[in-house]
Amino acid sequence: MSQGVGVVGLYVRDQDEALKFYVEKLGFRVHTDARNGDYRWLTVQHPEQPSFQLGLFVPQPPTVDAATAQDLRAIVAKGGMPPLVLIVDDCRASYEQMRGRGVEFTQEPTDRYGTVDAGFRDPSGNGWKMIQARQG
Amino acid sequence: MDMDARPRAARDPALLRRLLRAKDRMDAASHEDWPVQRLARVSDVSAAHFARSFKDAFGVPPHRYLLTRRIERATALLRDTDLPILDIALQTGWNSLGTFGRTFRDITGESPGALRAREQAAPRSPAPVPGCYLSAAHRPDLTIAVSEKRRLQPGGDNGAPIEELP
Repeated sequence: MSQGVGVVGLYVRDQDEALKFYVEKLGFRVHTDARNGDYRWLTVQHPEQPSFQLGLFVPQPPTVDAATAQDLRAIVAKGGMPPLVLIVDDCRASYEQMRGRGVEFTQEPTDRYGTVDAGFRDPSGNGWKMIQARQG
Repeated sequence: MDMDARPRAARDPALLRRLLRAKDRMDAASHEDWPVQRLARVSDVSAAHFARSFKDAFGVPPHRYLLTRRIERATALLRDTDLPILDIALQTGWNSLGTFGRTFRDITGESPGALRAREQAAPRSPAPVPGCYLSAAHRPDLTIAVSEKRRLQPGGDNGAPIEELP
């Protein structure tokens, strides 16, 4: 595939913390970690999804002004960012594994509509739904 | 000088993240009792500051947020199951059918039985939206207190003394 969405960014409160979380607890890999002064372009990738990068960005000047950056940090911390969905083969197994690594789950695995889903948050407050792929 | 009129607590990301944890816990177990002391412990703030901080952050007091979550769950159970209404009331955190029915009517404008009849009569197609998001999207938007909402209904004050004009 040569066309399509390449990067979608999340706002995080701290890039070092986010990097540790997505790599060590979720099993993502670092794709790009490039610094330019105070700016850091940081993206990670799911090991089975090489065409897509998840950006982990801090809202900060001069990309946004200082007051907006503060508002954005508050919105992230309040869980106000849009839904994120992680697809897994076995929701209960992933839940046990991730919980063992200290992931903050907001919802235990629940059977729903013929599949299983659970919910967790990253340290910043971004909310993920983890949904088991339908067998088929 | 601080030109921002919002309370400082409403802008402190670390505090907001901890308040979110209390909100998440209510979401995960809305049928349980959530006294302010318990929520304050989850958020690691004093009970005295919790309710105010929560309202500043999320726009509604914590107990009212909990009510909307319970009504959301009850609505889903009324629609998607054939459980007796009493069971639904007990499962979603009420101690009596009476309180459940009254609160449900005050918030949604119809009785649990009427909602069930209407929802189950309507043709449904499986929504291609993750269930929890769909459910949250239909959560009652309780911008005023239930007592206030009750008061505003014509003749719907449920036994509160009626003010008489001199």
